[in-house]
Amino acid sequence: MINMSRRDFVKITGTGLALATLPGFLRTGFAANSPGGNPYGFYFKRFGIDDDTIRKVMAEALHYGGDYCDLFFQNQLSNSIRLRDNIVSTASTNVTLGVGIRVLKGNQTGYSFTEDVSLASMKAAARTAAGIASGSAKGVPETFNATKLMNYYDTEMSWEDVGVKSKVEMLQAINDDVFKEDPRVVKASVNFADSENYILVVNSEGGIATDYQPMLRISVACTAEQDGRRENNYFDYSARDDISFLTPERLKRLPREAVARTVKLFEAQTPPAGELPVVLSAGSAGILLHEAIGHGMEADFNRQGISVYSEKMNKKIAEPFVTIVDNGTNPHIRGSINVDDEGYPSQETVLVENGVLRTYMHDRISAQHYGLEPTGNGRRESFKHYPMPRMRNTYMKSGPHEFEEMIASVDYGILADQFTNGQVNIGPGDFTFYVKSGSLIEKGKITAPIKDVNIIGNGPEVLERVTMVANDMKMAEGGWTCGKNGQGVPVSQGMPSVLVSAITVGGRG
Amino acid sequence: MEKNVYLDLGYWVQKKAKQLGADDSALGINQSRSVEVDFRDGEVEKLKESTEQSLWIEIYANGRYSSHSTNDLSKPALEKFITNAVDLTTYLEKDEFRKLPDPELYKGQHTVDIDINDTRQADLTVEQRLERAKNMGEFIKGKDDRIISIASGFYDDHSESYHLKSNGFEGHKESTSFTHGASVSMQGAGDKKPEAWRYYRARHLEDLVGAKETALQALARTQDQMGAKKVPSETLPLLLENSNAAGLLWRLMGPLSASSIQQKNSFLEGKKDQQIASEVLSIMDDPTIIRGLGSRYYDGDGIAAQPRPLITDGVLNNYFVDVYYGNKLGWKPTSGGSSNLVIKPGSRSGAEIEAGLDKAILVTSWLGGNANGTTGDFSLGVAGWLIENGKRIQPITEMNISGNYSELLMNLVEVGNDPWIHSTFRTPTLLFDKVNFSGS
Repeated sequence: MINMSRRDFVKITGTGLALATLPGFLRTGFAANSPGGNPYGFYFKRFGIDDDTIRKVMAEALHYGGDYCDLFFQNQLSNSIRLRDNIVSTASTNVTLGVGIRVLKGNQTGYSFTEDVSLASMKAAARTAAGIASGSAKGVPETFNATKLMNYYDTEMSWEDVGVKSKVEMLQAINDDVFKEDPRVVKASVNFADSENYILVVNSEGGIATDYQPMLRISVACTAEQDGRRENNYFDYSARDDISFLTPERLKRLPREAVARTVKLFEAQTPPAGELPVVLSAGSAGILLHEAIGHGMEADFNRQGISVYSEKMNKKIAEPFVTIVDNGTNPHIRGSINVDDEGYPSQETVLVENGVLRTYMHDRISAQHYGLEPTGNGRRESFKHYPMPRMRNTYMKSGPHEFEEMIASVDYGILADQFTNGQVNIGPGDFTFYVKSGSLIEKGKITAPIKDVNIIGNGPEVLERVTMVANDMKMAEGGWTCGKNGQGVPVSQGMPSVLVSAITVGGRG
Repeated sequence: MEKNVYLDLGYWVQKKAKQLGADDSALGINQSRSVEVDFRDGEVEKLKESTEQSLWIEIYANGRYSSHSTNDLSKPALEKFITNAVDLTTYLEKDEFRKLPDPELYKGQHTVDIDINDTRQADLTVEQRLERAKNMGEFIKGKDDRIISIASGFYDDHSESYHLKSNGFEGHKESTSFTHGASVSMQGAGDKKPEAWRYYRARHLEDLVGAKETALQALARTQDQMGAKKVPSETLPLLLENSNAAGLLWRLMGPLSASSIQQKNSFLEGKKDQQIASEVLSIMDDPTIIRGLGSRYYDGDGIAAQPRPLITDGVLNNYFVDVYYGNKLGWKPTSGGSSNLVIKPGSRSGAEIEAGLDKAILVTSWLGGNANGTTGDFSLGVAGWLIENGKRIQPITEMNISGNYSELLMNLVEVGNDPWIHSTFRTPTLLFDKVNFSGS
């Protein structure tokens, strides 16, 4: 039985801050009511900086005539803890602190970072980044003005105040439930990770923004045996939230889903091969959007003219009931951000409106190239990396059809339920996603389970073949991470149930 | 890195951990510097310089274990960090299998001079790096009217680390690596813009494949994709290009690890000394290759690195056994991970094998897909060429191969004599029979 109130998680170890709840200025996102009258005073203190320090570093960054510079300060605290073989005997913590300094000259980027936030080190890094330009020094702002932001992940409690002992008990309770769920389970593992990311970004146009970004991920995996066969599967949750996310209902569902997903695989048949109709279940199937259109709509690829979508703006690319957005404002969803890593407020960006391509996802460089406002998609993995246009939460809005109607319309095809990974070639538009688990559809009915099959298609072609969209949009629940040019950022995606009339299924039949 | 400063700091941390209640500790201090230069269409796009340092420590206290890392190496910050680390450890459950390696495993490091640190890296200037990246692109410019964009880059890094274990291990690693490459985008049919790339990596700058050759390969690989399309589903021989063969075989590394076996997630459990592949396959794990990208003297546990056969004539010889899962299984540790994987070459080149094929698909790149390590099932996206009568007749894309590794490995019919030495997994061209391709 798992039943823990938030109170049970209050830290009992002696380390960390002795706070019962997060201070208000972190909870509001916008730092207006932080102590001392300075709206970003908490962050200045955390990084040991002030206006004067920033100006001195910026003066170095613009020493050779760069058009623009920004400083990205970051302090991230991460914890993870793991149960295997019935004991919680592995835990880890990671602390990083540093500042990344970027100088732009036209479309050119100079970048450097330092893990030592002393003035001398920052000035040295700034001088390195400055080298992208070659001219005479530019001036720096007199004052910095805080950007007004919303808070899409209000939390009450810091992860620093959640004790290890209570996490150990939580993992144990989940493990007990996994084994109670089905006698075929022979191994279970439970992983729990939390992190807190404090960022401050300030630029040479005088803009300054701060954010407190909490995150959690919990996953349960198990292996089951039946008639000498073994199968393994998992279920996970991720959210920008505090410990209150882990309600008794969610803690009970984790082991139940993990086991159900695993033992279902024993019934699976060999998946079919070739071009078939595919129904995608609502939820994490949004991976199709992430790969088929999301990356191709990141404006850097379009600015360079190398995306399959480079000449598609304002053209019809899908049926009129298809609307696709990339949204950074969904409450507590993994890919949400109050502000992007260039300091621009987050927003809902409509990529495809009623079947027509409307907007790419922009960072500062691409927005300037196109003469548009940035869309809040400038993201980076950490202070060690420069920002690029990146997705946040990418999803299709609900449409006019019914799930049952889609299934009934398929004579022979598959229903894809669980997804693990995907990939795309931006230029030709070919993309894939891997279906861990699904079912056959035969003569309008869901029949035998299938498993472990890759699906491959071409982005623009597949969007044209989305012939039905149901009214059941759902966001993914798990912890998705998007990789681009060696940088990983947390994202999410969502999808109503949809029917793709034909796509290549990598089976063997 | 100034040797004594970091080594002294390491021993200070080790002593501090002991004072604060750790029975034992393992730790590492890493420092690296890298420069990254990217050009696009003749202009600098990105110039990035990175210098970073970090410390990680594993605490063993009262039968308990935890691991921690930080990038703040000031002594006051480290003292607080270690205090917290030891404190956290006390709240975990006891684990009898978590202990430092038997010091006997530290003994017997090979004595080959692996020469993985190019001391001339320190003399490279930013201007020289910019020049190299720019020139790479110039070799491609104007070579094909269909070119939309050319990207080229040069990256290099120097990294150094010290490792200490409180039961007597002290290790030091210092290495460099250099990478250069190019990617080319072309206007294809309709809105399609095929893009391909080629890059090479080496421990020493002088060992990089020439810039012109690299650039022209990137161009040719893009030209090869023009007009690519899927062909009908069929069971055919799979000819796997040497530079991409690792993309198929690396997925075996998980199932070959002691952790997968102990966790009952490996289709290769219980297969030691059994035939798991056809007789043409022999793989060695060899940490002694001079200037090898995976060469080393000791592994993550501090175990002395030695060449070790993994598969001989199709028979599985060894798993990757780290100390922790070795303890759980009661097995002697070998090493938790691979160094350089070397496949015993056959007698013919990839081109010679290709010329003798009636009908097959040559795979030259992967796109997504995954494998189930518990059952061996795989399903992977592929692109390449349809081959008929020894000739490449149609570039293919948007297709999948699917099957089970147990069958696939037994269907390996020939190994080429052309290992791809620019990777830690030195794979030659491989020919598999009876592979399921799905397409139109």
